[in-house]
Amino acid sequence: MTDRSARFRAPSIPKSAMPISLAALLVSSLTTLFAWWVLWQLSLVLAGVTEENITKAVEKNLYWSEMSTRVLTLPIWAWLVLGVLAITPLWLFIPAIKSARAAARAKRFLVAEDLISARVATADSSNTAWFSIGYAIFMLLGFTGLWFVIAKDVAVGSTFFKLDLMVSKAGLVGQAFLTNVFIFMVAQAIILVWALVVALARMIPGAAGQPIRLLATLYTDAFRGLPSVITIYLIGFGLPLTGIPILGDLSPVWYAIIALSLTYGAYVAEVYRAGIESIHPSQMMAARSLGLNFFQTMRFVIVPQAVRRIIPPLLNDFIGLQKDTALVNVIGTIDAFNQARILASNNFNLSTVTIVAILFVLITIPQARLVDRLLESDARKTRGAK
Amino acid sequence: MSFLEMHGVVKRFGSLEVLRGLNLSVKEHDVVCLIGASGCGKSTLLRCINGLEPISGGEIQILGDRVSGAGVDVDRLRRDVGIVFQSFNLFPHMTVLENICLAPRQVLGLSKPEAEARAFDLLKRVQLEQKARSYPDQLSGGQQQRVAIARALAMQPMLMLLDEITSALDPELVAEVLDLVRELASEGMTMLLATHEMGFAKEVSSKVCFLYQGVVHEEGTPEQIFSAPKEPRTQAFLKSIIEAGRL
Repeated sequence: MTDRSARFRAPSIPKSAMPISLAALLVSSLTTLFAWWVLWQLSLVLAGVTEENITKAVEKNLYWSEMSTRVLTLPIWAWLVLGVLAITPLWLFIPAIKSARAAARAKRFLVAEDLISARVATADSSNTAWFSIGYAIFMLLGFTGLWFVIAKDVAVGSTFFKLDLMVSKAGLVGQAFLTNVFIFMVAQAIILVWALVVALARMIPGAAGQPIRLLATLYTDAFRGLPSVITIYLIGFGLPLTGIPILGDLSPVWYAIIALSLTYGAYVAEVYRAGIESIHPSQMMAARSLGLNFFQTMRFVIVPQAVRRIIPPLLNDFIGLQKDTALVNVIGTIDAFNQARILASNNFNLSTVTIVAILFVLITIPQARLVDRLLESDARKTRGAK
Repeated sequence: MSFLEMHGVVKRFGSLEVLRGLNLSVKEHDVVCLIGASGCGKSTLLRCINGLEPISGGEIQILGDRVSGAGVDVDRLRRDVGIVFQSFNLFPHMTVLENICLAPRQVLGLSKPEAEARAFDLLKRVQLEQKARSYPDQLSGGQQQRVAIARALAMQPMLMLLDEITSALDPELVAEVLDLVRELASEGMTMLLATHEMGFAKEVSSKVCFLYQGVVHEEGTPEQIFSAPKEPRTQAFLKSIIEAGRL
């Protein structure tokens, strides 16, 4: 008998998954209890109960009777919301119970000396247990967040999420946000072309191309180093002072577009360059060997391949650009942030700024998904089955 | 008349001298095989001919016209000298048809229908008509290499350079590519090929050149080189090939 066969003859008994299953059940129960407690607080808030009311009720020893009468007066929609939220943590029990049953099954298999089935059941049990624990943590964080918002008589909620103010000012802020959208849409269109020109200028071959390469390098070094807020400030206030024809009398929005295009043009040029350099030199060689010149090779062979690779980092820079449109308030452009700040100081409440925050997040999500979709479909097209 | 003349061609990469005063002459309709150990300069030699690598010394002439050194329109030169690479180098973002049509349309200025008609003729020849709309990654290595040959032929070159075009292929795919080269040879295409397929070189070539240390060490007809090599270096090289079972 060799050692090797001895190893296979020795049974490897799976470790029981029962402890982890029980942990999953415990975590699920605690999460549910915590969630229900938070929802009770929420229902009090919705019923208009303040901390003061509660202290008084407690003093009179009438907490439960007083509070439950107040809560019972809640409208139907509130009950529906509370009901749905109350049910959500219960879903955790489905995988948790499944896990416990699989652990029990594994035990029976072990008794019957069916090692393979025991291993399968154990793996099943621990997987579902971790699944349940994972989602329990997710829900714990969610309900903690909710609690954070409603605690102290909705202190956080009324500072950041004052609903009536948000609803009444959403129109104004949304309209001002169109200025941001206009700025980044125009700037992105300019950058896509301008950055490619800069990238190609940096890579132009030959001794005659040296001054052009140098110029392009100086530009990227300068504008990548400059903070965009300073570029916007200098251009937005500086150019009008110079009185240069055309450039001297543009609207602040256009100064913002110029400044952001210059800044992000430098970033995107580097992204383009990295993309172009990532294409294997053999592609350049193959194209040149067919008689295509440098620019034809770039135009038809290298850049189309590079662009596919740089879409994700390009989106990164574009999202950065979109967010930096909020900096244009330094030159007095009424963009969403500036509008929201004015409204915030008029109403002594930050909720209007929250609207801007939500808008910025909302516009990036569909872009990210679109890029995922684009890359997927391109991969499917060129690398499909034979 | 001599089609291609190379006189004392030197190619250096930094301090490494790959070609050391190489002389070579190719007549029209010749099929010249370059053989020799890896790193002896076969690929470099081919790349120097169409200007993909600038030479460091000597001179290359095609039909009496100097095509090396300053002032040469390399794009013009490359229209007439096609090259096929070991690793195919098809453009992965283009279909087979677009790969073939690109240079005829952009360089020769053919219209789309003209270029596509030419491409389909060539695809018929390499028996890949049904793959016209496929992308390179959807083809086998042998199919890709046949497309690469068609792509080079679409420029209707006077000279074809084949750089170890079967080295990256699985053994069962080599034959389909070699058949195509054989056909080109029988049609009188002037070709210069670097190869490790000695059997094929023996069969198809009109002249075999053994490269050693950056020069043509010995040249002659295939019978002469493979049956009765004069130089000891050539003998040693062929012996190692035979021992490896490749001849």
